[in-house]
Amino acid sequence: MKANTVKTVTLIEAVNMAVSHEMGVDKEVVVFGEDVGINGGVFRATDGLQEKYGKERVIDTPLAEAMIAGIAIGMAAQGMKPVAEIQFMGFIFPAADHIISHCARMRNRTRGRLTLPMVIRAPFGGGIHAPENHSESTEAIFAHIPGLKVVIPSNPSRAYGLMLAAIRDPDPVIFLEPKRIYRIEKHEIEDNGEEYPLGVCFVDREGTDITLVSWGAMLHETKQAAEKLAKEGISAEVIDVATVSPLDIDTILESVEKTGRLCIVQEAPKAGALGSEIAAEVAEKCLMSLLAPIGRVSGYDIVIPYYRLEKQYMPKIDYIIEEAKRIVEYK
Amino acid sequence: MILVRFLIDFNYVTGGLALNTVARFEIKYLQYMDEKGTFISNDVPPAFARDLEQLISLYRDMNRIRLLDQKAYALQRTGKMGTYPAATGQEAIGVGFGAAMTKEDVLVPYYRGQASMVQHGVLMEEVLQYWGGYEAGCDYKVAKEDFPIAVPIATQSLHATGVAKAMQMRGEKRCVFTEIGEGGTSQGDFYEALNVAGIWNLGVVFIINNNQWAISVPSKIQTNCETYAQKAIGAGIDCIQVDGNDVIAVKDASDQAAEKARNGGGPTVIECISLRLCDHTTADDATRYRPDGELDEGWEKEPILRLRKYLESKNVWGKSEEESMLVELAAEVQTSVDNYLKTPVDPTEAMFDYLYEELPERTKLQREIAIQRGAK
Repeated sequence: MKANTVKTVTLIEAVNMAVSHEMGVDKEVVVFGEDVGINGGVFRATDGLQEKYGKERVIDTPLAEAMIAGIAIGMAAQGMKPVAEIQFMGFIFPAADHIISHCARMRNRTRGRLTLPMVIRAPFGGGIHAPENHSESTEAIFAHIPGLKVVIPSNPSRAYGLMLAAIRDPDPVIFLEPKRIYRIEKHEIEDNGEEYPLGVCFVDREGTDITLVSWGAMLHETKQAAEKLAKEGISAEVIDVATVSPLDIDTILESVEKTGRLCIVQEAPKAGALGSEIAAEVAEKCLMSLLAPIGRVSGYDIVIPYYRLEKQYMPKIDYIIEEAKRIVEYK
Repeated sequence: MILVRFLIDFNYVTGGLALNTVARFEIKYLQYMDEKGTFISNDVPPAFARDLEQLISLYRDMNRIRLLDQKAYALQRTGKMGTYPAATGQEAIGVGFGAAMTKEDVLVPYYRGQASMVQHGVLMEEVLQYWGGYEAGCDYKVAKEDFPIAVPIATQSLHATGVAKAMQMRGEKRCVFTEIGEGGTSQGDFYEALNVAGIWNLGVVFIINNNQWAISVPSKIQTNCETYAQKAIGAGIDCIQVDGNDVIAVKDASDQAAEKARNGGGPTVIECISLRLCDHTTADDATRYRPDGELDEGWEKEPILRLRKYLESKNVWGKSEEESMLVELAAEVQTSVDNYLKTPVDPTEAMFDYLYEELPERTKLQREIAIQRGAK
């Protein structure tokens, strides 16, 4: 047996590695989207795949997002495993009709006769000085839809393992890639095809005084905040939600029962968001374990500004520290 | 007229320069049998149309759908059926192209698609179950690969291209048929589907069921095109307009398009012109918008009558054949209705059990609660 390649890779390279791995072992896996072929994707997520697997399986599509999602549904209904790219999540809305009205419902409405083992990938979130409609965090829209799974990796290892799981999953997965952290860090990853489980939160740091819950890019600020809090004698537990739908609330509840305090950190606007759902679940299920009101650090309930004001929008480490201290010091 | 207008405009902006024509198009119209039931053309009709047994079979199939629609209407009016869209007057379209499909081909239907669905193996009771509120109606027992009805208009066109792409990648000699109303062709999804089918040379046959009404909106305020077929021109794919009340024309055009599609020849758009001789659905009242006289004229051109006239002229059909056929079909439809009426309501947990392959933990709790609550 030939040894698995070990590479030190960024999050986006890990996505590439996982897709490439699965294309190598499963001929039903096909990649398509705008500029995914010779260009390797505008962020290079599919770099080299066309060269390796050919134009038949790595397909440049016409510029039409509804079509990309619609084609994926048709192919998946025939038993193929499409990994379709929407170039930026801001352009997913023409495809939303297909994702919401068909993709999420096909198994249910055909009583399991037609199933859709497909992945729709999209870079999302702010922080890279991108043009308008390129920076939103709209994961809650899809997390709200029963029948979909919504996955957000927060580091290269998880991107690799979760992408493998997403492609192998028998149901449709929306795989949202926080583009701000595409190249922020590298992990050494063995290309062994080992997946990470979907529907499970990861405890990234154990602590006893407060639970910090986050996902995607914001996990980086959250972890740094936890380190700084530790220096001030506050022991924070950090949870990476990873699969934002279906939500593994049990891991969060268990942590909150231990720490008695919860702060949710999200880049998305505050209202009607995933943080709202986590807060509500905790209030419903373990209110009596809480020693302080739940806190949330989030984006504002506004249209995300053009990049000159982007910094003023993005939640910062300091805000997390401030909110965490307020919660811990609550009497 | 429209072309002349553009020419004048362009001459104006170009200061009278002589412009070269770089592309031109024309749309062909296919009709074999007119409303009197006579073959209009000196051309030899396709082989199947010279086989009276086959024509009788198509005649029966159209009558079956008309009876099914009548029955569904009656069920709705007596509280035993949900909203239902009849296809009265359009039977030749679904029956005609459905008859061009093999079992291996895949149908991606539109919501008024019962004629082609039944023709391709969807059970009549499944059609009734769907509109009667049972998901079981989409779990086709025979037409295993066919898509359920797509209610969001025109989305089905794209699913059809995806199915055809899978067939192409696997080198299969099958094709996909997908139907859409003429109103649906205004949707972006339809254009996106034509575009990708053209550039990828996909084996899809797009049937435009032009029944001249999109609920209350007539063709003249739906498009500025002379034909719906010509929308294919913009995508570089073949198209034809046919008399959608002539089942021979519909089937012949579909046969040819299917043969081409199965053999790597790419997509075709077939516009079938008919007239909706009924309300949009059981929830509609077409007298609010339909001009006086349209129905009377429509009933003279409808597809079943003309084929009957032809069969009568060939002395293979008469009162007794008609009567016994109607008795047989009524019994067939009634059996489907009986089966439909016996459909058990799924247990409460069925709402949960097909959401994912494995239900998430949180939703399992909701499932238990829903079972306890039942229909209370």
